[in-house]
Amino acid sequence: MDATHRHLSKENSRENVVFRGDYDMKIFLRFAPEINQEPHISEVILETGAKLNINKASVDAVSGEVVVDVPDEKFNEVVKRFRSRGVEVSILEHPVILDEDECINCGACISVCHVKALCFKDDWSIALDEKRCNQCGACITACPHGALEFS
Amino acid sequence: MVEKTVQEINQKIKDGSVHVVTAEQMTGIVEELGPEDAAREVDVVTTGTFGAMCSSGAFLNFGHSDPPIKMQRVWLNDVEAYGGIAAVDAYIGATQLSESRGMEYGGGHVIEDLVARKSVHIRAVAYGTDCYPRKNIETEITIDDLNQAIMLNPRNAYQRYNVATNSSDRTLYTYMGTLLPNYGNATYSGAGVLSPLYNDPDFETIGRGSKIFLCGAPSYIIGEGTQHEPQNDFATIMVTGDLKEMSREFLRGAAFHGYGATLYVGLGIPIPILNENIAKKTGISDADIITNVLDYSSPRRSRPTLRKVSYEELKSGTIELDGKEVRTSPLSSFFMARKVASTLKHWIEQGNFMLSQPMEKLPTDTVFGPMKQTKETPLVKDVMSRKMITIRQGKSVEDAAKLIMRGQSTHLPVTSEDDRLIGIITAWDISKAVAQGKYDKLDRTMTRRVITATLDEPIDVTARKLEKHNISALPVIDKDGKVIGMITSDDISRLIAKRNGCHPQAPLEGKQ
Ligand code: SF4
Ligand code: SF4
Repeated sequence: MDATHRHLSKENSRENVVFRGDYDMKIFLRFAPEINQEPHISEVILETGAKLNINKASVDAVSGEVVVDVPDEKFNEVVKRFRSRGVEVSILEHPVILDEDECINCGACISVCHVKALCFKDDWSIALDEKRCNQCGACITACPHGALEFS
Repeated sequence: MVEKTVQEINQKIKDGSVHVVTAEQMTGIVEELGPEDAAREVDVVTTGTFGAMCSSGAFLNFGHSDPPIKMQRVWLNDVEAYGGIAAVDAYIGATQLSESRGMEYGGGHVIEDLVARKSVHIRAVAYGTDCYPRKNIETEITIDDLNQAIMLNPRNAYQRYNVATNSSDRTLYTYMGTLLPNYGNATYSGAGVLSPLYNDPDFETIGRGSKIFLCGAPSYIIGEGTQHEPQNDFATIMVTGDLKEMSREFLRGAAFHGYGATLYVGLGIPIPILNENIAKKTGISDADIITNVLDYSSPRRSRPTLRKVSYEELKSGTIELDGKEVRTSPLSSFFMARKVASTLKHWIEQGNFMLSQPMEKLPTDTVFGPMKQTKETPLVKDVMSRKMITIRQGKSVEDAAKLIMRGQSTHLPVTSEDDRLIGIITAWDISKAVAQGKYDKLDRTMTRRVITATLDEPIDVTARKLEKHNISALPVIDKDGKVIGMITSDDISRLIAKRNGCHPQAPLEGKQ
């Protein structure tokens, strides 16, 4: 997982904002067991006023992993707040990865994606719009060629 | 009047003056020039398709070991191949599943691995004879170690295929891919305008012995495919080619979740434009090719047809169903179908592929009949018990617990005032509610999305529901949604045991 989650250090976080352009960014939050009991996400929303959109969460009694969309203008502030609470933050650049060697451009994945992140290009090859994806995993199950997987 | 012969066209291929277009290009040419001029202009139309073709496989010959073995059963990467032919021949079928990896790896993947020249593990057992004393063998081979590896596909290149959708409230995993509930999507297969058999629907040029493109190698049509039904535009062909010459680009193992393995096959047929009549037929477009949308939530042989639809509409990305826009997904690759047609075009233009005159026409009148079944299929109404206890909505969890304790069943259907089924509560639900300390209202503890059976349902369908949802009993409802009985896995196993003339080892576990 770590190879594709670019870990943000304090120095390069600004660069990343510029690089990502003006749409929402996806971040991956990991809550260590000792801080998992507190309502970090709600508190960060209240503190920053940022509209955080939770894509995917797997939280149990021990620890938690959550994928959140963050509006660009609040990005630095949100990341800072999570960090100061001891939450591990990384940028999720590729929510799902398409293996071009395995993909045969059939399109079996297209109609199962409820956010329309997958579609055909003009030449009938497949396109994945990563910023729409919320990691539901439906396309991964639907792909007959094992060409898709979570990062 | 334009009249050409295959020989004349082959002469043009030899001298490099042949004019080849793909079936997709031909549509525009016929539209623009009309069939007569199109026939004058174009010599060959290439077609192509690239899709899941389950009825595919290959004959392999391993050569003799020392001491020799008469392979009775043989496995390639743990996928069993049919060994009931001579000593060291076997047929590996695309849909056979791996014994260790289950649905994710099968015969289609073995064939892909062979073509990719990967090492494949062979294991075989035998009973031992005077001439073949050996009883076991294990070895590693690649395709180059085989004497022959010959693809032979009994049914390929369906002229068109049905569209699949799902009206039920649960996701289905089928050979037509993932079907989302409540018409959440529709899947289709086939190349439409590039479909080989749609471009010569009366088999004027395609027949036994026609030379074709199969998975990247020049190959041949053997004859009609199994289930060939040309009168309903479901023609198929049986084809063969040398697996050793094929390429992974045009052949892929695949696995449909919850269904199993298959093989994606790239197949293209060149159509010689001998006259304007043939030119006209190759001018077919996606709008002209119509197929049926079927509801796959029915587990029976004949599924209800919801509507007819053209490949043009399917390829637009959505179709209308029940007043709703439903998104479509092809399962076959149009991108690759184009590649097949253009590769074949290139071969012919380069003089590397000559056309062949078929030796015999494919039949135009065969029908695809159903299986003759000599034993009656028992129905739910023959097996279910009509004695059952239900509980009215509004009662408490405690009432339910008492009823369960008094009766025999661990499953209690919950009904409305007018006897309609609105939920189910089980001994397990009650224990869970008690353990969590939330057991006041029945409404909150019961399951609302109840899986049910109907009177005329074959018990095999019911058994599948029990297995799929890991439950042990289902309420049987009539067409008004009223509960009229219960059917349990015990009822079914007893019946199956009777049918097979033996006693069940152990009835299915009684949990829900
Ligand atoms: S994971 Fe879900 S949201 Fe993301 S592309 Fe696949 S189907 Fe779409
Ligand atoms: S389903 Fe898989 S193989 Fe088909 S287009 Fe999508 S990613 Fe590619």
